This record gives sequence, C-alpha cells and structure tokens, in this order.
Amino acid sequence: MTAVALPRARVAGRLAESARRYLPPLIVFVGVIVAWELATSGPGRRVFPPPSAILNAAIDNTDMLRRATQATFFEAIGGLAIGTSAGLLVAFSSARWASARDILLPVAIASSAIPIIAIAPILNNWFGVLNPLSKMMMAALLVFFPMVVNVTRGLLEVKPASLELMRSYAAGEIDVLRKVRIPNMLPFFFTALKVGTTLSFIGALVGEYFGGTSDVLGRVVLQSMSSGRFSLAWAGILVGAIAAIAAYAAVSIVERVALPWHSSLHSD
Amino acid sequence: MEDEPGRSQALEEQQVAASTGVATTEAAASSAVKSRGWSRRVRRVSGFVVALLLGAVVWEAAKWLAGDPWRIQSIGYFHNPPFRILQLSDRHLPHLWDITAAFGQPFQRNAAYSLGSYLIDQALYTWGVALVGFVAGASIGIALASIFVHSGFLERGFVPYVVASQTVPIVAVAPLIVTGFGRGEQSIVIIATYLTFFPVTIAVLRGLRSPDPRAIELMRSYAASRWAVYRKVRLPASLPYLFTALKIAAAASIVGTIIGEGPGGGLRGLGRAILNFNQQYITGPERLWATIVVASGVGLLFFLAVRLAEIMVLRRRGTREEGA
Amino acid sequence: MSGRPPTDPAGAPHAAVRLAGVDMVFTTQDGARMAALEDINLSIAPGEFVSLIGPSGCGKSTLLRIVGDLIRPTAGTVEVNGKPAHRARLGREYGMVFQAPVLFDWRTVEANVRLPLELLGMNRRQREQRVHAMLDLVELGAFLRHYPHQLSGGMQQRVAIARALALEPALLLMDEPFGALDEMTRERLNAEVLRIWEQTRTTVLFVTHSIPEAVFLSSRVVVMSPRPGRLTKVIDIDLAQPRNEQTRESERYFELVTEVRESLRGRRGTATDDRLAAGEGSQQRLRAEGSIG
Repeated sequence: MTAVALPRARVAGRLAESARRYLPPLIVFVGVIVAWELATSGPGRRVFPPPSAILNAAIDNTDMLRRATQATFFEAIGGLAIGTSAGLLVAFSSARWASARDILLPVAIASSAIPIIAIAPILNNWFGVLNPLSKMMMAALLVFFPMVVNVTRGLLEVKPASLELMRSYAAGEIDVLRKVRIPNMLPFFFTALKVGTTLSFIGALVGEYFGGTSDVLGRVVLQSMSSGRFSLAWAGILVGAIAAIAAYAAVSIVERVALPWHSSLHSD
Repeated sequence: MEDEPGRSQALEEQQVAASTGVATTEAAASSAVKSRGWSRRVRRVSGFVVALLLGAVVWEAAKWLAGDPWRIQSIGYFHNPPFRILQLSDRHLPHLWDITAAFGQPFQRNAAYSLGSYLIDQALYTWGVALVGFVAGASIGIALASIFVHSGFLERGFVPYVVASQTVPIVAVAPLIVTGFGRGEQSIVIIATYLTFFPVTIAVLRGLRSPDPRAIELMRSYAASRWAVYRKVRLPASLPYLFTALKIAAAASIVGTIIGEGPGGGLRGLGRAILNFNQQYITGPERLWATIVVASGVGLLFFLAVRLAEIMVLRRRGTREEGA
Repeated sequence: MSGRPPTDPAGAPHAAVRLAGVDMVFTTQDGARMAALEDINLSIAPGEFVSLIGPSGCGKSTLLRIVGDLIRPTAGTVEVNGKPAHRARLGREYGMVFQAPVLFDWRTVEANVRLPLELLGMNRRQREQRVHAMLDLVELGAFLRHYPHQLSGGMQQRVAIARALALEPALLLMDEPFGALDEMTRERLNAEVLRIWEQTRTTVLFVTHSIPEAVFLSSRVVVMSPRPGRLTKVIDIDLAQPRNEQTRESERYFELVTEVRESLRGRRGTATDDRLAAGEGSQQRLRAEGSIG
C-alpha cells in the first residue's frame, strides 16, 4: 500500500464506522417523523398532532414556554440540591454506623417499590400548592433514596486490599476516609446525581400535575390539554424533556471533568 | 476490573428506573451490605420493621412537641405541645390512630361501605390495570430484545432512543395518553405497558448478550441453529436480568397507573381516590393518608410478588443473589 | 514428610526479622478451628533476600502478613528491626507489595507513589524529589502523569514497588507480586527487583509460587509444608551475584531448583541439608560437595 492510499483507506474505514453507528438511528428518527406527519385521519389526530403543528405551537408561545420551563427547572434543580445534600448526610452516617445502615438500607430498598409520587398532594398541602417548595420537596424525596444507597455503597465498597495497604501504612480512619473512601465514592455519587436529574424533573412535573401556579410546565400541559390545544401541550412536554436532558448532560460533563480517570474506563 | 461491569450495570438499571418515575435503589443496595442468604434477609426485614416503628415513634413524638393540642377523650389525656409547626398540625399530619380509625369509617358521607373496603376495591382495580400493562410491556420488551439481538441494524436504529429515553420523564405524558385514548382502562394500560417495556427491553437485551462468547462458540461447534442457541443459551442467561427489570417495572407500572388515574383523568382506582380525597382534604385528611398507605402497600406487595417469583425461578441456578 | 524444623540460633544480633514460636490458628464463623501455621522460627539478617515457597494454602501469605502486623499470630513473637512488629508498622518501617498492584485508580502514577509520603506528612518539595527518585529507580520516570489503567500489569507492579520503597524502608515484604504476569515479564521484573535490591540493600521477604523465581532472586529459600504450614527446609542459594541470564542457565541453578522442588515434594535431601539451620546467615554455604547422597 502506498503512503497515500493508507490514510485514505483509514478515513474511509472511519466513515463507514460512523455511518454504521449513526445512520440507523437517523433513519428511524426521520422515518418516525415523516410517518407521524403523514398519518391522516383517525381519532388520535387531534390529540397527537403532527410534528409541524407542535413546532408551530412552540414558536407561537416561546415566551410563555420559556418562563414555564424556567420555573419548572428551578423546582427540579432545587429539589435535586435538597435531595442530594440530605442524601449525602445520611449516606455518610450510614456508612459510619452499621446500626443506622441496618435500618436505612431496607427502607431505601422498599422506597423503590413504593409509589412515592403518591405523596405529592400531601406535599402540596403542606408547603402550599402555589409554592414552588412543594414541588421541590417532591423532587427531593425522589432524589434522596438513590443518593443514599449509591453513596453508602461507594463509601463501603472499597477493595479490601486497599484497606490492607492503608493499614500497612498505619493510616488512621480519617486518612482512609479522605484518601480512599471518598475518591472511591465519587463515581457512585455521579451515578446517583444523573439518575437524580431525571427523577427531579418527574417529581417537579407530577407535583405540578397535582396542582400549582399556571406558570409552570405541568400546568401548561394540563391547561392546554383541557382547552383542547394539544399541540401546545405536546410542545410543553417536549420542552420539559429537553430541559431534563440538558440537566443530565450538564451533570455528565461535570462528571467527565471531575473523574478523568473514570470516564475513560466507562464504555458509556 | 471485576467491579466494572457490575457498576455500570447498576447505573443503567437506576437510570432506566428513574425515567419511569421509580427511585430504584435495589440493585445498588444489594451490594452495599454483603452477608449470607437467610441472615441477611432476616436482618433486612427486621431492619425494615424497626424502621417503621421508629418512623411511627418519630411521627407522634414530633406531634407531641410541635403539633396541635392532644385531646384524647377516651383515656382523658390532654397535652399542649410547647411549639407549633404548621406541617405537624392535625390537618397536615393526622395522628396515626386517626388514620387507622379512618379505615373503618364510611369513605364518604352516607356511603354504604367503609374506607377500608373502598380502598381495597380501588387497589385491586389499580393493581389489575397495572398488571395487564406489566405483562404486556414485559412481553413486548422480551420480544423486542430478542429481535434486536439478532438484527444489528434494528438494534442500532432503535436502541439509542430507548437508551436516551431513560433521561426523559416519560411519565409526564400520561395525561395526554388518557385524553387521547379515552378515560377508561385502555389508556392506563397503555401507560403501564409503555413504562414497563423500556426497562425490560434494555435489561433483556443485555441479558441475551451476556453469555460467555465461548459458550456460543461451543454451540456453533455442534452446528446448533440460531434458534437453538437462543433457547438454550441466551434465554436462560437473560433471566436474572429480566427479573431485575421486572422489579423496576412493577413499581413503574404502579406509578404510571396511579398518575394516569389521577391527574391523567382516569375514572377509577387509587389515583382517582387520591385526587378525590385531596379535594376533600378539609373534611378528612386521614383519608388521603390512608389512600397513600394503601398505594404504598400495593407497590410493595407487587414488588415482593415479583421478588418471590425471582427466587423460585432462579433458585436452582446457583446464581449470585441480589436484593433482599 | 519430615525434616527437623529450623531453629533459631542464640540471638543473631540486629536481625531484620525474627520469628519465634509463631502459631496461627483461624477460627471460622461456625467455630471450627483451622491451624494455618505451626511453630515458625526464622531469622532474617539485614540485607538478605529470603523467599518463602510452598504449596497453595500453606500459609506463606499469612506468614508475610504476620510479619507486617496485618494479622496477629495466636502464639509466638515477631520482631522487626529489634522491635515488635506492631511498633514497626506504626513506625512505617516496611513497604509491602501485594499480588495485585492495589493502585488507586483515581490517582496518577506520581500521586500513587506519593501516598505513603503524604500519610507521613512529608513536605511537598521532599515528596516530589522522593517520588521522582523512586520512579526513576523502577524506570518509569516517563509515566508520572499516567493513570494506572493506562499501564500494563507489569508496569503497574513496578509502580507498586516504587510506592513500597518510597519510605525507604529497611524491610520489603512482597506477596507473589509477579504471580499475575506472564513468564517473560516475570523474568524481566525479577531482574529489576534484583537490581533494585542491589542498589538499596533492603531486606526482602518474598513469597512466591515459582521455584525458578525463588532460586533466582534469593540468598535463602525457605520451604514450607502444606497446611498447617511449617518450615520444612531452608536452602542456601550460593549462586554468584550479580545474577543474570547466564545464571538461569547454569548447572548450579538447575541443581538448586531441583533441590527446592524435591523439598516441596517431601523427599528428603542430603544429610547435610538437615543440619542447615535458618538462622545461620547468608554466609553459610551449602556443603554439597563431599556429602553423602
């Protein structure tokens, strides 16, 4: 192979590889949009408007959607912060004291089976249905449990050989905590944080479904639905989904920066 | 590193669960405490019981310190708490015995039967709907995963969306589904199906892929057909993964059903009961709490049922135990 | 299999390691008792390179950990540099290399080697100097900022060795450090370890499965019996230093390897071997010539 042909072959190989990876989902995406757009009558047409209509509704209502998204985003992130802080606190305690762990871990596992979301109306009543805090607390509650479990696991699941190594250096518990357990825990923490972003949006949105000011995405969706403006309702959901993805992406970026060693091991 | 596959798997499971509105922690929790079978289970259950009791004590203790004045006529106990926090008032946090008592009282003025039986009715309805969606979603998920494992193109085309959907609050679509397909069971079943098939598809796909490539090579050396490989190697290997996803899906389908029935606009079920009792909060907050207790019970029981099935099916295999 | 257990001569002064009457009995969860080590008596002079070799489960790793005060023996005394092993550990007087590198994924190579120095509270400038010196010693100076996962298994173990030497300990404990590596890498690393040993003159207690490795590296090879582990034989290795490729191909090397192998199998060696005691220092030569077979 000549010196010229080799790079060209490699470029061609890379192109083929990218095409193989990205083309199918692209085809599916385009196909779905086109099919949706073209689908004619049927009772669903009203409630499931074509993508073009949704886009129009979004453009026509940009300001309102932007405000609503900001409000919901604020609730979700607020809840994320509260749930994460509380979760960290409890996780460190439960890693430190086995008795705390024996009580908290079963509760955390059970929490994954219980529809925690059902408590949304109570939270609305406690903190005021028009108060963003009620939605934040719903989000926080959902975020809390995975954070506790993941961080506890990260603090405890240290290679025994690492602990032996530290013992051979006569290192104290604080040293072990600082130099071994906490760094070990970071990937788990980010796992829980990413999971938490999705959960926090669900908490905020569903909390809003149970009641809230008219200026939040959940209410926008419900109200446009009840007034028959389905394109707007879908636009609201779309924007909400984008906001959730954006939050998730932001956390992923922070994770890559904070854990350069780990992300290269990840096959994510 | 031995740890890595387990770790990224747990992450995926949690993300999948998150997108369906379930705060799953089971996969992660199972490895946080390592010890042997039965003693671990006993510890878990007793830990849970202790936690409940502790919770009850904290509940009433908080009300004793900062709730509304206590006036228990039957034993002549009166107490004025030194502080006052609004959220601990009798309206916002009823006494546990009031909630318990509410089960026996009529669920509505002049109603023929008690709250307890009303809620059980609604619970069975909710669970029934969720179950239908659960079974449908699991079947679709298994079918899709089986197709994907055999067709690279379809997999590359669709799986990115399945994966991406894990970051999206799917559950938010519930009201639109209900409006679109009518306020009856069919819409809610659709929601539950939808929420179930995501985790199942991903988990089963991974499970079908999980066997040691050398086992597949062995089968090929016997000139086994792809169907035989699927039946004898891939499918059995996927069972543990399937059950992990089913546990997530159980909770997710309940959550989806309740939301569909509630704000979604369904006509019956626990979700509707929650909305109704929420509107009637002033006249009887205990009923809303009672409904939440029942909803939690349904979720827990469904989860335990799947867990039991898991234990029975996987028992003989000597696979590594997970969870409670 | 019998052989008189080696005994400790009356107090070899300044022994780097002295074990006397050490027993180790483990009690399992259901109350069963398992004797891992029985009546271990061993003395290691400063600067010696001693290998422990024995079948799986014979307790050699346990013995190493007892010397390192990571396990307390159920009976007997352990002295390191003239003081109890416990004090030696608290004084950070030894470095340990495990079978797996046990590097921290989240730290660079440099930061991993720095770990013991941080724990000791050394100041930054000194730390940097020491770390660079150690990494140069193991010839990984160019990989300061790499992460462990970017290195091969052999390189990771070299980092682990650099870390173990960072505190310039008088005693180095190595637990089958090359067990997970392929034969050729292993032989190369053996040469490395010898080179480092010659430079630093640290006392080394080296646990291994590999007979060639033990003979190649050590001044003495201590053979252990299957569980409960006893010291069955101590063999002086009288190969000339410095050792290299030629050593591995010499007659004497093969003779010694055979001798170790046969001790492991439980066959009695020459009458002279029975007389050789552990504590007689590395000056003792094997009086093979002229002995009765």
